[in-house]
Amino acid sequence: MNKRKKYVGLEKRKAVAGYLFIAPFILGFLLFMVKPFIQSLYMSFCEVEVGAANFTMHFNKVANYYFAFRTDPKYVSLLGTEIARMVIYSLAIIVFSFFISLILNQKFKGRALVRAVFFLPVILSSGVMLGLESNNQLIATLQQTVEDTTTGISVTDALQTILRTTGVGVKAFEKVFEIIDNIYDVALASGIQIIIFLSGLQTIPKSMYEAADIEGCTAWESLWKITFPSISSLFLVNWIYTVVDFCMRSDNEVIDKIQTVMIENLNYGAASAMTWIYFLIVIAFVGITGFIMSKGVYYYD
Amino acid sequence: MTKNNSNIVKVSFWERNRKSEGYLLKKKIMEIAVVIARFILLFGLCFLILQPILNKISVSFMTEDDLFNPIVVSIPVHFTTDNYVLTAEIMNYGKSFVNSLVISLTIAIVQIAVCTIVGYGFARFNFPLKKFWFACVMLVILIPPQVISNSLYIHFRFFDIFGIIKLIRGEALNLRGNVLPYYLMSLGCMGLKNGLYIYMIRQFFRNIPNDMEEAAYVDGCGTFKTFVRIMLPEGKPIITSCFLFAFVWQWTDGFYSKMFLGSTSLLSMSIARLVDSLGAYIQRIMGIKTTVSVAYSNCILATGTLMLVAPVIILYLFAQRQFVESISSSGIKM
Repeated sequence: MNKRKKYVGLEKRKAVAGYLFIAPFILGFLLFMVKPFIQSLYMSFCEVEVGAANFTMHFNKVANYYFAFRTDPKYVSLLGTEIARMVIYSLAIIVFSFFISLILNQKFKGRALVRAVFFLPVILSSGVMLGLESNNQLIATLQQTVEDTTTGISVTDALQTILRTTGVGVKAFEKVFEIIDNIYDVALASGIQIIIFLSGLQTIPKSMYEAADIEGCTAWESLWKITFPSISSLFLVNWIYTVVDFCMRSDNEVIDKIQTVMIENLNYGAASAMTWIYFLIVIAFVGITGFIMSKGVYYYD
Repeated sequence: MTKNNSNIVKVSFWERNRKSEGYLLKKKIMEIAVVIARFILLFGLCFLILQPILNKISVSFMTEDDLFNPIVVSIPVHFTTDNYVLTAEIMNYGKSFVNSLVISLTIAIVQIAVCTIVGYGFARFNFPLKKFWFACVMLVILIPPQVISNSLYIHFRFFDIFGIIKLIRGEALNLRGNVLPYYLMSLGCMGLKNGLYIYMIRQFFRNIPNDMEEAAYVDGCGTFKTFVRIMLPEGKPIITSCFLFAFVWQWTDGFYSKMFLGSTSLLSMSIARLVDSLGAYIQRIMGIKTTVSVAYSNCILATGTLMLVAPVIILYLFAQRQFVESISSSGIKM
């Protein structure tokens, strides 16, 4: 009753207009998002049989989940590797894009060109292109031969050996090496993030740095005391974007596996169950990390 | 005169350096070192990003001999454009290109038109449950389309509106492989990354001051007319860039194309099957089953990829500003 009273006269008319404006979204959301969403949840508890003219669903409790976890030989291990990859790569992408945006925010010749190049992957590595890139055997074999036949001592190899033999945190080093070896993937995936960070960096007033400089603040200190807090909210945005983007990539092996189960084995129930397991884990991960990060975000106003 | 001048400057630099007890020189060296380090880093990273494309370009002009010739690295000995001719034939390039163009254009237009309306609605009106619906938009951004893909698949395989079609035709409609469902979904803002477009457009419209709109209302302009006449011209930059994104992402998209547009030959689809089609093509010509060498099939794949991205790269070269500035101008915040 109270709510109704609020919207009278012009306000009511505007409210109606507002609903008319977003009506396409509401319709589409209900028809093409909520309905399939619920149906897919229901399907994950069913055995789905698709015939020529109709499909039937038999409720069979958690058999599909049992299938995903216990019967299917590859699913669980794929899930584990994919989620580990997601965590590590998302972290690497965030650090990389922050670093690059700091550099691109400086003034130097050819900045526009460099920015254009860094943004190119957003366009070029979308959709089908990503899958093509990752299974290009020719380049992979070429790299292998180059690596095998190179007799000179490479600096990175030497560094890796030294770091390995120190014996401290070998596992962590291995992960770092892996990321460095795959820096190409990281650079490809961080186009949007760089732009978002850059737009944030440009909103920080110059006067703040000047004041800090006069007070005797070094560049390193002002990075952590001014830059970092000012764009901390963008870390949250970028983090969520990166994790979600990672799930939608076409070279994601879990998604690949699900598609195989669905299209080739025609096991819709199991495919739904697998999707839901993956989705719930990712959402939980985004939720928890997002919540923790939002505690640390600093808002200027 | 000039020589004299530069002499004075030079002397004064060392003079100043002496006076500052070496601080100035140190600072100058540091600055130069930073510039050099930055140049090496950026050059390396740019090369890293561009290298696959350059590599593809060089490979696409090679004959099969050159691919196996260890001396040939990037410049082909036997320069040829046969790869392009062959790839174009396998991919059915002309027809696929037109199909891709038509579908990407129309889909992008439909999506952006609807997303603009919805984004404007979210930015400019107050209505009950607004927060809830906006949370739904965020949900659309967050839910990967793969989650609902399997039930969408069934939804359109046995398409029906409350059983009406079944009553008339006796069976449900099979819309799989048909273009229609995708247009329907685009009309409902559920296409590729549409949540993101709504969000960006909303952010943009929110930053426009209220005055113009109110003036239009006072002068007796209706809500929709105000939107079309006053606000649309204001929102041109963000709409253009969202349109560009929608077009480009649709152009290279594999997921939705595979699901809905299976029967239409699209560039992004034919490239995914390119290697298999190459085998079939050669088999058809030779009459016997032959295996295509990995190197050659990858060469053809590289050529096909180049042909797929060439229009997009050209578009990017001309509209680079719109692509990049849209995101910065929308001022993403949380």
